[in-house]
Amino acid sequence: MAGEIYKKPIAFTLLVVVTVLAGSIVMMAYPMMRPDMHPKLETLKPFTPLQLAGRDLYQREGCVNCHTQTVRPLKSEVLRYGDYSKAGEFAYDRPFLWGSKRTGPDLAREGGKRPDAWHLAHFENPKAMEPRSNMPAYTWLKPAKVDAAATKRHMDALGLPYTAQQIQDLGQRTELDAMVAYMQWLGTAVPRKLSGAVVALEAVNPLAGNPAAIARGAKVYADKCAVCHQDDLKGMEGAFPGLLEKDEFLEEHPDMADGAYFVLIYGGSDAKAIIGRKGEPGGGMTAFGSELSRDDIWSVVAFIRSERAKQR
Amino acid sequence: MSEEYRYDYRTVEGFILSAIVWAVVGLVVGLLISIQMFAPAFNFNAWTAFGRMRTVHTNILGFGLGVGAIFGIAYYITMRLTKRPLVFPRLARVQLWLFNAGIALALVTLAMGYTQSLEYAEMEWPLDVAIVILWVMFAVNVIGTIIVRREEQMYISLWYLISTVVGVAVLYIVNNLSIPAGLLKSYHLFAGVNSANVEWWYGHNVVGFVFTMPILAMFYYFLPRSTGLPIFSHRLSIVAFWSLVFGYLWTGAHHLVYTPLPDWIQTLGIVFTLFLIAPSWGSVVNGYYTIGEDWSKMRTSYLAKFFVLGITFYGLQTVQGPTQALRVVSQLIHYTDWVPGHVHMGTMGWVALTVTASIYYVVAKMYGTEIYSEKLANAHFWLVLVGQIVFSVTMWITGIQQGAMWKATTAEGTLKYTFMEGLVKNYPYWHLRALGGVIFIVGMLLFVWNVLMTIKKGRELEAGGRAAAPAAA
Repeated sequence: MAGEIYKKPIAFTLLVVVTVLAGSIVMMAYPMMRPDMHPKLETLKPFTPLQLAGRDLYQREGCVNCHTQTVRPLKSEVLRYGDYSKAGEFAYDRPFLWGSKRTGPDLAREGGKRPDAWHLAHFENPKAMEPRSNMPAYTWLKPAKVDAAATKRHMDALGLPYTAQQIQDLGQRTELDAMVAYMQWLGTAVPRKLSGAVVALEAVNPLAGNPAAIARGAKVYADKCAVCHQDDLKGMEGAFPGLLEKDEFLEEHPDMADGAYFVLIYGGSDAKAIIGRKGEPGGGMTAFGSELSRDDIWSVVAFIRSERAKQR
Repeated sequence: MSEEYRYDYRTVEGFILSAIVWAVVGLVVGLLISIQMFAPAFNFNAWTAFGRMRTVHTNILGFGLGVGAIFGIAYYITMRLTKRPLVFPRLARVQLWLFNAGIALALVTLAMGYTQSLEYAEMEWPLDVAIVILWVMFAVNVIGTIIVRREEQMYISLWYLISTVVGVAVLYIVNNLSIPAGLLKSYHLFAGVNSANVEWWYGHNVVGFVFTMPILAMFYYFLPRSTGLPIFSHRLSIVAFWSLVFGYLWTGAHHLVYTPLPDWIQTLGIVFTLFLIAPSWGSVVNGYYTIGEDWSKMRTSYLAKFFVLGITFYGLQTVQGPTQALRVVSQLIHYTDWVPGHVHMGTMGWVALTVTASIYYVVAKMYGTEIYSEKLANAHFWLVLVGQIVFSVTMWITGIQQGAMWKATTAEGTLKYTFMEGLVKNYPYWHLRALGGVIFIVGMLLFVWNVLMTIKKGRELEAGGRAAAPAAA
C-alpha cells in the first residue's frame, strides 16, 4: 500500500501539499491569529509624511542590507545601543526592517542619539565622521526633492493620518531631510534611559591636570569631538555649541562638576535631564558611553579643562 | 531520437544558456560588492551602491542562475524519468522567454531601488505576478508530464521536483501578499513581528525549496547516472524525503533568535532545526554509501567528485546551520560575517558543484557526445573548491572575532571595543574573501567556456549527422 503512492502523482502531490502545510500552519498562520503577534506600544507614533518618505528611501537604498533594527536582550547590546527592542514598537513597520547583517551598527535606537547636523554631514561623507568607515557616501540624496505626490499615495495606502499642510511642506524638503527625519524617529517609542555604569554628578576627575591624560584627551577629542565642536573647541554657530566660553550650559552652571561633564559625554542628550539641562527634540549631543572607556572620557574632560584654563 | 524530444531539449538548452549568462552577471556583481566592503569608493553612484547591488547579486544568482538551471534540468530529468516529451512544449518555450524578461526586469528595477525589502523576495509586485505565472507554467508541465508518464514508478528525483513545485508556490504567494501603493511600490500585508515571522518562514524555506529540494533531485539522478552506481538505499531516501519536506517549514524562526518574536516560536523553530539534521544526513549517507560501492569512480568519472564534494558541503552546511540556530551560538555569530560564510558554503559548495556537474552531463548527453574538455572541467572543480573554501573560512574567522568584540565588556561593566574597532578588524578578511571570489569566478568562467564549446561541438556533430543521413528522421 505505502509503495503505491510513488505510482500515483496526483495523490503524491496532495500528500506533499498537506505535509508542507502542517509546519506552515503552526509556525506562520496560527501565530497570526494570536494577539501577541500584533502588539502596539501606547507611545508608538505613526510615521509623519516626511518620516515615511525617509523610510521609503531607507528601503530604496537597501540600508537594511547593512543595518539591523533590533537590539537583542543581551548585556553588550543594551550597553551599546540602548534598551532591547520591544514587539510593540513595530506595529507600523510594513515590512519589518530588522535586517540580518550588521556591517554597520544597529539603528533601532538611533532616534535622538545624535544631532540632525551629524546625520546630514555623515550621509554626505561618512569618512568625515568616521575615517575608517566603509559606508557609501549618499551624495545623491541632498540634491533630490521628496516626491510629495508619491508620499501622499503611500500614506493613503498605509492608512496613516496626515494634513494637507504636511504634504505641501514635503515639496520643499530634500531626500536627505527625509532620511534624517526617519533616523530620528527610530526607536523613539521607548523612552531612553542611561544604561551601564555612570559616575556620581559630583565626582572629581581622577585625571585632572595629568599631562599624559591631557595629551590622551586631545587625541580622543580630535577623533570623536572635533567633527562637531571643531578643532578649536569653538563649535559651529547655530549647530554645535562651543566648549570654551559660549556654551549656554556653562553660562547657566558656571561650576559644572567633573562628574556632570563625564555623564554628559557618556550619555549624550539622554544625560541632559539628569544634569538639569533640557533635552532638545530631534537630537543633540551624541552618547559616547559605548565608544569610549572611562579613562578616555576623564581624559577628554581634563583636556577641555586645560584648554579653558589657557583661555583665561 | 524523435523530433519532439529534440524540440524540448532546445528549451532545456535555452534555460541552461540563460542560467549561464545570469551566472556571469551575478558573479561579477558579487565581486563588486565584496570589494565595496573594504573600498567604499567602488560605490560609483546610486545604481551601483552596495545596498542595491547586494540585492541584485542575490536575486540574479538565486533566481537567474539557480531557478534558470532548475527549470532546464528539471525538464530534462522529468522527460528522462517519464520516458516522454513534455506535455506542453510550447508553453515551456514561452516560459523560457518570460523567465529571461523577468530576470532582466528584476535586474533593472532592483538597481533602480524598487524593492519590497524582504530578503529573497525583494522584487516588486508586478514581477511577483510574473513569477507566479512562470511557476504555474512550470508546475503544469512538470506535474502534467509526470501524470501522463510512460514509466509507472516515480523515481526519487521526481518526488523532489514535485515538492519544489508545491513548496515554492505556497511560500512565494503568501510572503509576497502586499498592499500596492504605485506601479513599483508596495507595503507588506503583514506588519512588524508578524511581517518578520512570515518573511523568515519564507526566507528559510525558499533556501530549502530552491537550493535543497531541486538540487537533491539532480543529485539523486546524476550521481547514479554519471557513475553507473545505483542509489544505496531506496528506503532511506523515502524516510529522508518525507521528513525533510515535513520538517523544513517549521524552522524559519531560527533567523529571529533574540528578536521580539514570541519565544515559543523561536524555540519551536530551533527544535525543528535540530531535527532537520536527520533527513539532511539521510541524503548525505545515501550519497556516501552509493559512491562507497566503488570509490574508484572518483578517479574514472570526472563528474563523481563534483557530486561527492557537493553532498559533503551539504552535509557540513546542514550541521553548521542547526548549530547556528542554538541560542548560545546565535548570540555570538548572528549578524556577523559568519552568516555570509555559511550561506556561501551552501551556494558555492553544494549548489554550484551539483548544478554545474549536472549541466556538464546534460549538455553532453543531449548531443550524444562527450564534454568538450575534461581537463578544463577538472580545473574548474579545483578552482571553485579552493575559492569557496577561502571565502567561507575567512568569513567564519572574522565573524567569530566580530561577535566576540561586540560582546566583550571590561571589568567596570563597560564595552571593551567600539563598533568601529570591530569593523576595521574585518578589512584583511574582506580582502581575502574578494580573492576567494576571484578564484571562484575564474573557475566558473572555465565552466561557461566548457559548456559553450560542448554545445558548439554538439551542433556541429548534429549538422554533420544530418548531412550524412538526411533521410534518417
